[in-house]
Amino acid sequence: MTATGTRARTRGGVGESAARPDGGLKVRGEFAFSSDLWMEGMLWGATLRSPHAHARVEAIRTEAALAVPGVFAVLTHEDVPGVNAYGLEHRDQPVLAHDRVRYQGEPVALVAADHPETARRAAALVEVDYAELPPVTDARAAVRGECEPLHAGGNTVRHVRIRRGDPTASAPVVVTGEYEVGMQDQAFLGPESGLAVPAADGGVDLYVATQWLHVDRSQVAYALGLDEELVRITLAGVGGAFGAREDLSMQVHACLLALRTGRAVKMVYSREESFFGHVHRHPAWMRYEHGADETGRLVYVRAEIVLDGGAYASSTPAVVANAATLGAGPYAVPNVAIDCHGAYTNNPPCGAMRGFGAVQAAFGYESQMDRLAEAVGVDPAEIRVLNGLTQGDHVATGQEVDSAAPVAELVRRVRDMPLPPPTGTDLRSLPGGVANTTHGEGVRRGVGYGVGIKNICFSEGFDDYSTARVTVQVVGDAPVASVHTAAVEVGQGVVTLQEQIARTELGIARVRVETADTRVGSAGSTSASRQSYVTGGAVQAACREVAAELVSRASIASGADPATLSLDADHVVDLSGRRVASVVDLLGGEEVVERTVEWRHRPTTTLDPETGQGSAHVQFAFAAHRAVVDVDVELGLVKVVALDCAQDVGRALNPGAVLGQVHGGSAQGLGLAVMEEIQVVDGLVRNPSFTDYLIPTVLDMPPMQVDVLELADPHAPYGLRGVGEPPTISSTPAIVAAIRAATGLPLARVPVRPEHLTGT
Amino acid sequence: MDLVQPATWAEALTARAERPDLLPIAGGTDVMVDINFDRRRPEGLLDLTRVPETATWSVDDGVLRIGAGVTYAQVESDLADLAPGLAMASRTVGSPQIRNRGTVAGNLGSASPAGDAHPPLLAVGATVEVESVRGIRQVAADDFFVGVKRNALEPDELIRSVLVPVTGAPQQFAKIGTRNAMVIAVASFAVSLHPADRRVGTGIGSAAPTPRRAPQAEEQLAGALDWDGRGPLDPSAVRRFGELVADAADPIDDVRGSAAYRRHALAVLAARTATWAWDQHRTEVAS
Repeated sequence: MTATGTRARTRGGVGESAARPDGGLKVRGEFAFSSDLWMEGMLWGATLRSPHAHARVEAIRTEAALAVPGVFAVLTHEDVPGVNAYGLEHRDQPVLAHDRVRYQGEPVALVAADHPETARRAAALVEVDYAELPPVTDARAAVRGECEPLHAGGNTVRHVRIRRGDPTASAPVVVTGEYEVGMQDQAFLGPESGLAVPAADGGVDLYVATQWLHVDRSQVAYALGLDEELVRITLAGVGGAFGAREDLSMQVHACLLALRTGRAVKMVYSREESFFGHVHRHPAWMRYEHGADETGRLVYVRAEIVLDGGAYASSTPAVVANAATLGAGPYAVPNVAIDCHGAYTNNPPCGAMRGFGAVQAAFGYESQMDRLAEAVGVDPAEIRVLNGLTQGDHVATGQEVDSAAPVAELVRRVRDMPLPPPTGTDLRSLPGGVANTTHGEGVRRGVGYGVGIKNICFSEGFDDYSTARVTVQVVGDAPVASVHTAAVEVGQGVVTLQEQIARTELGIARVRVETADTRVGSAGSTSASRQSYVTGGAVQAACREVAAELVSRASIASGADPATLSLDADHVVDLSGRRVASVVDLLGGEEVVERTVEWRHRPTTTLDPETGQGSAHVQFAFAAHRAVVDVDVELGLVKVVALDCAQDVGRALNPGAVLGQVHGGSAQGLGLAVMEEIQVVDGLVRNPSFTDYLIPTVLDMPPMQVDVLELADPHAPYGLRGVGEPPTISSTPAIVAAIRAATGLPLARVPVRPEHLTGT
Repeated sequence: MDLVQPATWAEALTARAERPDLLPIAGGTDVMVDINFDRRRPEGLLDLTRVPETATWSVDDGVLRIGAGVTYAQVESDLADLAPGLAMASRTVGSPQIRNRGTVAGNLGSASPAGDAHPPLLAVGATVEVESVRGIRQVAADDFFVGVKRNALEPDELIRSVLVPVTGAPQQFAKIGTRNAMVIAVASFAVSLHPADRRVGTGIGSAAPTPRRAPQAEEQLAGALDWDGRGPLDPSAVRRFGELVADAADPIDDVRGSAAYRRHALAVLAARTATWAWDQHRTEVAS
């Protein structure tokens, strides 16, 4: 498959930084997010949640709540008409708690009322008798089987075992370390929200901000006891996702209330509720041992990784597989032994977040690479260049890397970028910023590197596909292409990309992308950096079928060989660019050419249960960062002065959007490095607010130098490589390495807090 | 929830007397957060943003009078010379949007131990002017904070203005947060030099149940400074000052930081800010 964009003269095609249709609206504050949904006569839903991390539910009394004027319904587990269970991989999570709550914030009852305030007040009047149980909070003890089982089958959600090469290999240079990653939150700005509208046919129409419409639909239908056809979901404006919308939040709840009351029901979480309304990034404990020869070339990697999945499975099984299979990092390692466990505990449920298991492992293996560099006396960049994967190498699962893997090149590029100027005097450039904590006293500079590896698309034999319906018709004397998929736009730009692909493939300037909904087949999830690849592939394929039909007609009419014809500027043209026929004429009036394609990437295999060997991944992606930090070593405050990145994207379909992903992903990694953590004590969240869960501001995130490589992957549409996740993975270890360089401290845990640097 | 919006200061005082159950609101940067998080649900709000009399500042006889409606943004841009410590603190409040709404008087009304305006007001020896239909009284900043988020206001009183001595001498403010902007103080510190009476003022934030001074540290530094010769600050005296400031604090462990870190950070901030202020004083006198 080769790129076709170069021939297109139709503007706004693949390879251009085409403008986003939602850009102006968002900048002006006019974009309608799901929290803006409104319907005449609608009711408001509210959720009563468990205040306990672990308790038996002995009784629920709803009378007082029902007696509140303005309340239309109060629902409990008894009112779930289908199966009271949902979940992405295991349906182990109750829609509403029945006899037991397993985490703080677990939904117990629902209220619909004519005013949101009334609904919240009434929810507070639902009386629940809890018998508190001791919470299981130690993930390592949980997977060792030392705690009370929280689910049938015990507290290990999944164990993935990787054995490659000689498990007893030895090496002259050995470095070991234990590392921890705190619980990061996706911290999207648009809270969970949606509107459920009961339909005359007994079904329900749900408008919601989510990440995968069809998987929402199957879970909602299952819980409601309805045929899937009776649950119709339309995407509402999404205010960020980052994995946090993969699991259901208010979807079933709003539908339950709407079907019970016969009224449209809107639900919007508050910021505090949002922290309890979605899964977080798995906290991790890791023990690594790296063996190398005297030059620093890796001989073996051994690791034990425990991920705390919290109360329910969510996507823990897949996160465990990622941490395990990518646990040796973007390096060629002949001998690998990794055991990764995912635990059930009574901590907040954890699941998908940008980087998905690869983030945690990267903090471990990159910290190790720095230790190794120190042990053998080479530069941190050099140790990565020496061991970096290249095309033709095999990863820890034995899978061959069969497209570009420019790890060494990425490291060299960030290493060779200009360094930032020395520490300045402007307060905004110093640790602490305008809070005026230093005028240079105690400030030390450090430089650090990080490289990461990420699998793109869904792995382990998953039937990963997307569906695209493309039509061409004449509207107002001009051809118009329409693209309909269920691909969810979460801000990354997949709507724009679909327009670009249609313009490139059809040579038609006017492209309309329909609202994503379940009237068309599944597009799969907006996650795993996969939508450009999979929905991009589906739209490309459907467009090519439509184009082939138009070319065929032109060929018949003109007698020209169809192989010499293509589409451009609303016409079929020949090799010299001469217009053979207009699309308008080929369509002749009312006719619509429509093609629907279900498109799959090449298949993957499962992992061998004993050895973890297998070609489980579709594509690998790599990014490297060089971080420069100024640390006030007396106060423990950090200013990231530079965070420069090189990333191979195969082909930049929209260069502006690629840069946006690199900037945003790097910022999210910065957050994990120095500030972002949901603090959980005894299963209880201590900082569920943006007052105390801090995310980077513009004064924390430096301007970036970004070097985008385009080494086409011949297996992927247009040669593209998924972009969204890799920069999140490598930025965290690069920053921590820089802080270590500035302070000389070992720093085995992220986020790094001031106390860790001052020892107080 | 009732919303009462007086158009004059007199109306505001009357409303306050008649409806002590109404929560006064200025910028709303604390009040609205509390309401949105359902931490408090007052019977109503007394909106003071439409009162023209308190929206201005003036200087009279060496005292800066900052009306209750003056925003942090105004303090930051207009009062940097007259009240440098307060202006520095104002610059650290929230985001530009929040500084356009929030007021120093609102900060005093909330009386949070973490309020950014409090340490410089304590350090400079400011006075809070409060008023009710019964009359006006003046409360020293040092007497204003009576408990965690509690102040010396009577139920019928409103904060009318803040009176800040114009010293013409260096003041400093520094605040620790775990991000470089838009952050609530983990610990903060203000210092004010008063060369005319050879005094040093201090204010500690976020490290005790209330904002508070460090009197022993003030005495120690005032005694250690070479007021006549304007010689450099003795390093051991600076260090001692930091220790005494840390000793004056009574911090707790919470999600924002540990008590031990807060004490440590205060010692560092006190030493640095005192050095900056004294060096500035020496330079200004010399030039």
